[in-house]
Amino acid sequence: MGLVISFWLFGAVAILAAMGVVFLKNIFHAALSLILCLLMVAGLYVTLSADFLAAVQVLIYVGAISVLIILAIMMTREFQRGSPGNRLQTPAFVVAILFLGVLVYALTATTWPISGAAPIEPTTDALAFKLLGKDGFVLPVQIAAVLLLSAVLGAIVIAREK
Amino acid sequence: MTLALEHYLVLSAVLFTIGLYGALTRRNAIIILMCIELMMNAVNITMVAFSRYIVPTLLTGQVFAIFIIVVAAAEVAVGVAIILAIYRGVQDIDITKVDLMKW
Repeated sequence: MGLVISFWLFGAVAILAAMGVVFLKNIFHAALSLILCLLMVAGLYVTLSADFLAAVQVLIYVGAISVLIILAIMMTREFQRGSPGNRLQTPAFVVAILFLGVLVYALTATTWPISGAAPIEPTTDALAFKLLGKDGFVLPVQIAAVLLLSAVLGAIVIAREK
Repeated sequence: MTLALEHYLVLSAVLFTIGLYGALTRRNAIIILMCIELMMNAVNITMVAFSRYIVPTLLTGQVFAIFIIVVAAAEVAVGVAIILAIYRGVQDIDITKVDLMKW
């Protein structure tokens, strides 16, 4: 029962905060709203018994990515102009609603092969074996490291003052 | 009443659509970046929900979610760098005014 209540609570706040990101006029308020939404998603991970992912979500999204975004807001000084919309408001709304309708129909009409097995708790050990153990995802982990390194180098090269 | 897989799938579909609408309609490049983050989070919820309800003992969806988070971090770092470079060049991050490569 607690799980159901927390799902609806986290879900409702996440959707409201996501609306805030799109519709708030002040860019800084939109960024704070994004942080709230990311925190609520971490709560949803907890209700899905993904404890390690919830911690990673708080560390990387709420900790690091939000700092980067707020830094970008500070450095571009676009505060005064707010968050204006473009001329695509109505077509984009129609497309979004149609997309949502098709998606919800497809998701609810499909019969998923639900498994009744109990989830692994805590997930940290199992995830470590899955990522780094035998027959795991060792090569993708290495590639992810190379990707992060090249992304950092690329960001430095692009953003550096001449 | 209990939670089912569909609850999480519909929630993430709603979050994804909100992010899509924002990415299509906002003019500030930073807001667009934030909306893309919203969409990535919606996909992550789907991954973890599938992992929890369909293969609860394999955790494959959670591994995918970790890789999505890694790619999202790299994407934000490069995205913010590009926005700063554009701002330095044209003194504006209104994407309707950044049309150097538009014919």
